[in-house]
Amino acid sequence: MKGWMGKIRAFCLLGLTAFVLSACGKENLTALDPKGYGADQSFNLIILTTIVMLFVLAVVMVVYTIVLIRYRKKKGQKDYIPKQVEGNKTLETVWTVIPIILLLIIAVPTITATFDLADESAASDSLNVQVTGNQYWWHFNYEGQEIQTSQDLYIPVGEKVYLNMKSSDVIHSFWVPAISGKMDVNPENENTMYIEAHEEGVYWGKCAEFCGPSHSLMDFKVVAVSQDEFDQWAQDMQNVDPEAEPEDAVAQEGQSLFQEKNCMSCHAIGSSPAQIGPNLTDFGNRSKLAGVEDLTKENLVQWITDPESIKPGNKMTGNYPEVSDDEAGKIAEYLLQLKPTDITPESAQ
Amino acid sequence: MSTAASQKRGFGTVLWDYLTTVDHKKIAHLYLFGGGFFFLLGGLEALAIRIQLLQPENDFVSAGFYNEILTMHGTTMIFLAAMPLIFAIMNAVVPLQIGARDVAFPFLNSLGFWLFLFGGLLLNCSWFLGGAPDAGWTGYVPLSITSPGHGVDFYVMGLQIAGAGTLIGGINFLATIVTMRAPGMTYMRMPLFSWTTFITSILILFAFPALTVGLFLLMFDRMFGSAFFDVGLGGNAIIWQHLFWIFGHPEVYILILPLFGVFSEVISTFSKKRLFGYTAMVFATILIAFLGFMVWAHHMFAVGLGPVANSIFSLATMAIAVPTGIKIFNWLATMWGGRITINSAMLWTLGFIPTFTIGGMTGVMVASVVADYQYHDSYFVVAHFHYVIVGGTVFGIFAALHYWWPKMFGRVLNEAMGKLTFWTFFIGFHLTFFIQHFLGLMGMPRRYWTYLEGQQLDLGNQISTVGAFFMAFGVIVFVINAIYTAVKGEKAADDPWDGRTLEWSIASPPAHYNFKQMPLVRGLDALWIEKMEGKGRLTPAEPLGDIHMPNSSFLPFMMSLGLFIAGLGFIYQVNYNWAYILLFGGMAIMLGSMLARSLKDDHGYHIPKDELEREVD
Amino acid sequence: MSHDHSLNPETMPSEPEKATQEGKNKFIGFWFFLGGETVLFAALFGTYIALRNSTADGPTANELFGLELVFIMTILLLTSSLTSVYAMYHLKNNDFKKMQLWLGITAILGFSFLACEIYEFTHYITEFGFTFRSSAFGSAFYALVGFHGGHVTFGMAWLIALMLRNAKRGLNLYNAPKFYVFSLYWHFIDVVWVFIFTVVYLMGKVG
Repeated sequence: MKGWMGKIRAFCLLGLTAFVLSACGKENLTALDPKGYGADQSFNLIILTTIVMLFVLAVVMVVYTIVLIRYRKKKGQKDYIPKQVEGNKTLETVWTVIPIILLLIIAVPTITATFDLADESAASDSLNVQVTGNQYWWHFNYEGQEIQTSQDLYIPVGEKVYLNMKSSDVIHSFWVPAISGKMDVNPENENTMYIEAHEEGVYWGKCAEFCGPSHSLMDFKVVAVSQDEFDQWAQDMQNVDPEAEPEDAVAQEGQSLFQEKNCMSCHAIGSSPAQIGPNLTDFGNRSKLAGVEDLTKENLVQWITDPESIKPGNKMTGNYPEVSDDEAGKIAEYLLQLKPTDITPESAQ
Repeated sequence: MSTAASQKRGFGTVLWDYLTTVDHKKIAHLYLFGGGFFFLLGGLEALAIRIQLLQPENDFVSAGFYNEILTMHGTTMIFLAAMPLIFAIMNAVVPLQIGARDVAFPFLNSLGFWLFLFGGLLLNCSWFLGGAPDAGWTGYVPLSITSPGHGVDFYVMGLQIAGAGTLIGGINFLATIVTMRAPGMTYMRMPLFSWTTFITSILILFAFPALTVGLFLLMFDRMFGSAFFDVGLGGNAIIWQHLFWIFGHPEVYILILPLFGVFSEVISTFSKKRLFGYTAMVFATILIAFLGFMVWAHHMFAVGLGPVANSIFSLATMAIAVPTGIKIFNWLATMWGGRITINSAMLWTLGFIPTFTIGGMTGVMVASVVADYQYHDSYFVVAHFHYVIVGGTVFGIFAALHYWWPKMFGRVLNEAMGKLTFWTFFIGFHLTFFIQHFLGLMGMPRRYWTYLEGQQLDLGNQISTVGAFFMAFGVIVFVINAIYTAVKGEKAADDPWDGRTLEWSIASPPAHYNFKQMPLVRGLDALWIEKMEGKGRLTPAEPLGDIHMPNSSFLPFMMSLGLFIAGLGFIYQVNYNWAYILLFGGMAIMLGSMLARSLKDDHGYHIPKDELEREVD
Repeated sequence: MSHDHSLNPETMPSEPEKATQEGKNKFIGFWFFLGGETVLFAALFGTYIALRNSTADGPTANELFGLELVFIMTILLLTSSLTSVYAMYHLKNNDFKKMQLWLGITAILGFSFLACEIYEFTHYITEFGFTFRSSAFGSAFYALVGFHGGHVTFGMAWLIALMLRNAKRGLNLYNAPKFYVFSLYWHFIDVVWVFIFTVVYLMGKVG
C-alpha cells in the first residue's frame, strides 16, 4: 500500500500546478507538502479520494458532453417527439453498484487511518504536552518536566509527541497543516492527539475553530529540532532562573518596571503554573510576536502600549496600569533579552 | 401579475390584499420578494467579506465587524434567503401540480410567511441596535454565550421566530400533499417537484424542532442564567453542536432536495422526454432524506468523538453519494435521446450538473475522516458547501424562477438578460470558489478576518474576490430583468414550454381558485398524456359547482408582529425592566390573536356556480 | 348560509372529525405536528440524559425526588387521558352533554396535575435551593419537566376555550375536529409524561 501510494504521491506532486507548488514555501504551512505522520495519512487519503472522484467526474462529463452535442434540438426537429423511456434496470443497477465499489475503495483506508491516528497506546512512553487554548494564544506545559512555554512548541523530530488539549475559554482547534490534521480544543474535556514531524523545521500552526475577533491572529509555531537539541532545550528551560538580572542597565530598569506594573499577576517567567497571559520564559527566542508580528522592539512597544491595535478583543487590553512609551521601551528591552537557551527556531533548519 | 390590477385598484388596496392574503399564489409572491430582499442583503455581506480578503492584512472592515458580517451572511443566506425562496417556488407550484385549489391550511400558510419575515427583520434590527451577532451562523457555544452585547440574542430570537414559520410551512405542505391531490393523482403519479417538496417537508418537520430546542437552551443561558453550556456548573458545550447539526445536516438536504425536483421537471420538459427512472428518482430522494438524519456528526470529526463514532458517521456520509449519483445519471439518461432546447431555465440546469458533481466529489472527500482533519474548518469546506448550496440551491432557484415565472406572473422573463445572468454568475461562481479548495489545503482556515503576507494565499484570494463581483453583476442583471419583465415583458401563454404537468393546463397566472373543475389525472405527466392522445386538455373529474374558498385574515400578521415585539422584550429584559412591557404586550397581542382565531368561526366563502359559468374559459 | 346546513347534518356521520375536507386536513396536519413535537421532546430528553449527573455539588436527583407525589401526578394524568377517551366516545355518538362532562373531568384532573407540579417545583426551590440556575442538571430538569408543564398549561387553556366557546351550540362538523385534535394533543402530553416519569424520576431514584 505504502509503495504505490508513494509513487502516486510523487506523480501527483509533479503534476500539481505551479500555483500549488508555489505554496510549498519556507513557512511550512501547506497541507499539500506533508512533513509529519498525520499530514502524510491525510495527504494519502486526499490523493486517493481525488483520483477516485476525478474518475467519476470524468465519466459524468463525457456523458454530459455527448448528450449536449448529439441531442440538442436541431433544425427541422420542430415536431419530433422523442421516445418516452421509463427507465432501464440494467443501467440503473450499474450506476448504483459501481459507486458502491468506489466508495469501498475509499472507506477501507479511511477507517484504518482513523483508528491509527486515534491510537493512544504509546502515550505513556512518549513526551506528553498539555496544550491550553486561550483567546488568542497557546500555552504548552511539558508534563512531568517543569517546563512551561507559550506560542512556540518545541518537539524532537521523528518522535511521537502526545498533546493533551483543553481550552480555558471558548472552543479552539489545533492545526499545524504541514504536520497533522486538526483537533478541537474543548473547554470541558481533554482531547488527545499525537504529532510527529519527519524533518526539522518551524511549522506554522493556526487556530481552526472560530473563537472571536482575533481568531485569524491566533497563530503559533511547532519547532521541530533534533533529539539532542531538544534535550538541551529542555535542560536549559528547566534551569531558568526567573529572577536573573539582565546585564544591560536599560533592561534592568525594564525588569523592575515589569514587576511594578503588575505584569507578573498574569504572566510568568520560568515554570510557574500561572497562565492568565502567555508564559514569557523564552520570549526573546520567539519566532513571532503575538503569533503574527515580527519580534522587534518597535512592535513590542506597540503591543505593550496598545495591544488592541494588534489583536482585537485580547484579554490584556485595559487590564494593566498605564505604561508610557518610554517605560514600554524599557520593558521591551528586558523581555527581548529573555533567551535562556541557545536552541531557537533558527536551530531547526 | 398583480401590477396590471394594482394600477386600477390603488396602492392601499393592494397592500391590504397582500397583508391579509391566504392565497398560496400571492404568498408565493411575498416569499419571493421577502427572500429576494434578504438574498441581496446577504450578497452585499458576501461582497464585504471578499473585499476584506482582497489583500493580506487588509483593514477594510474591523475584526469584530467582519465577524458580524460573516455571521449574518451565513444566517441570512440559509434562513432568510434560500429557505423562503424555496417556499416561494413550492407555494407557487405544488398546489397547481397536484391539482388542488389551495393548500390544506391557507391561514397557517400566511402565518408561516409573516413569522419568517418578522423573524428576519428582528435579526437584521441588530445592525441598528448595538451590533449584529458575531458567533458564526452555527453559533457555537461557549463563544455565543460569552459574546458581549445583544447580537447573539437577536440571532436566537430571530431564528426562533423564523424557524417556527418554516415548521408551520412544512406541516402545511405535508397535509396538502396527503389530503388534497386531484382525483387519480396517486403518489407515484406525482410530479417529482411535488415529491421532493413532500420529502423536504418531512425533513423540516423532524429537523427544525432540534434547532428550536438548541435555541431555547442558548436563550435560557444567555437571558435567564441557566447553565446548559456553562462548564463551571457542569454544562456541556458539545450538546449545542449535536443539537445544531441534528438540525443542520438535514437542513442541507432541505435546501437541495426541492431543487432536485426542479431540475427533474426542467430537464424532462426541455428534453421532451419522460423522466428516466422516475421510481428510482423517488426512492433515491427518500434514501437521501433518511441518510441525511444519520450523518450529522460528520460536521464534528475534529471534536474528538473517537474513532468508532467517526468511522460510522464517515461510512454513512459516503453512502449518500450513491443515491445522489443515481440522480445525476438519471438526469443524463433523461436527456439522452431527447430533443434538448437550451434556454435560461435549461442553462441553469446544465450549469448545475457539473458544478454539483464537483460539490458531490468534494463531499465524498470530506467524508473521509482523516482527510477531513485537514479540510475541516478550512476554505476547502467553504468551497465545498458553496459548490452544493450555490451550485445546487441557487442555480436551482434561478432555473425554477425562469421556468415558472410565466405561471407566477403571467409574463416570460427576457431570454437575453437571462443568458447574461447565467454566464456571468456561472463564470464568477467558479472563479470565486474553485480556488478556495486550494486555499484551504494551503492552510487558510475559514472565518479568517485576514491572512498574513508571504503565505502564498494572496493570489487565490484575489481571484476569488474578482469572481464575487462577476456573480454580483449577474444578480443585478437578473433584478433588472425582473423589473423589465414586469413593465414591458412579453405576455405568457398558458403553456409556454410545452409542459407536461398540471400547472400548464390552466391560465398564466391562474384564477384565484386555480381549477374551475378538478382535473382527472390518468398517469405521470398528466397533461402530456392528454396531449399525446390529441386532446390537449384534462378531463374534469367533477361537474361544475360552487367552489369553497378561505377568507383572508389580518391575524397572521398580528400574531407575527406580537412575537416580534415580545422578542425585543426578551432581548432587553436582561438590562431594562421596561422591556417586560414589550415582552408581555407582545405575547398578549400574539395570544389574543390566537384566541380570536380560535373563538371566531371562519367558514370561508363560496364562489357560486353561475359566476364561474360567466367567466370565460 | 348553505354550509350551516352542511355542517349541521340531521344525522352526524360516525367520524364527525373527519367528515369535512377541513377536518381531514386538521387530523392529518395535527399528527404531523405531533411528529415534530416528538423530536422536540427527544432533544430535551437527550439534553437531560447528558446533564443529569452534572450537579456541580448541588442536590442530586436521588436527594431531590420523592416518588409518592410523582406517582400521584402520574395517576392524575393517565386518568385524564382515559377521561378524554370517554369524551371522544361521546363525540362519535353525538352526545354533546356527556362529552362536555367528560372533558370537564379531564380539565379538573389536568389542573390537579398542574397544582402538584407547582407544589413540587416550589418544594425543590424552598427546601433544597434547587433552581434553574443551580447546575446544568437543574437547568436540564426544569427545562424538560417545565416544557411538559407548559404544554399541560397550554392544553388546559385550549380545552377551556373550546368548551366555553361551544357550550351553547352543541356539536357540529366545524367544531368536532377541534375537539378531536385536542384529545390527540392530550394523549401526546400523557405519553411524554410516562417517559419523564421513567427517565427523570425512576432513573433518578435508581440509576
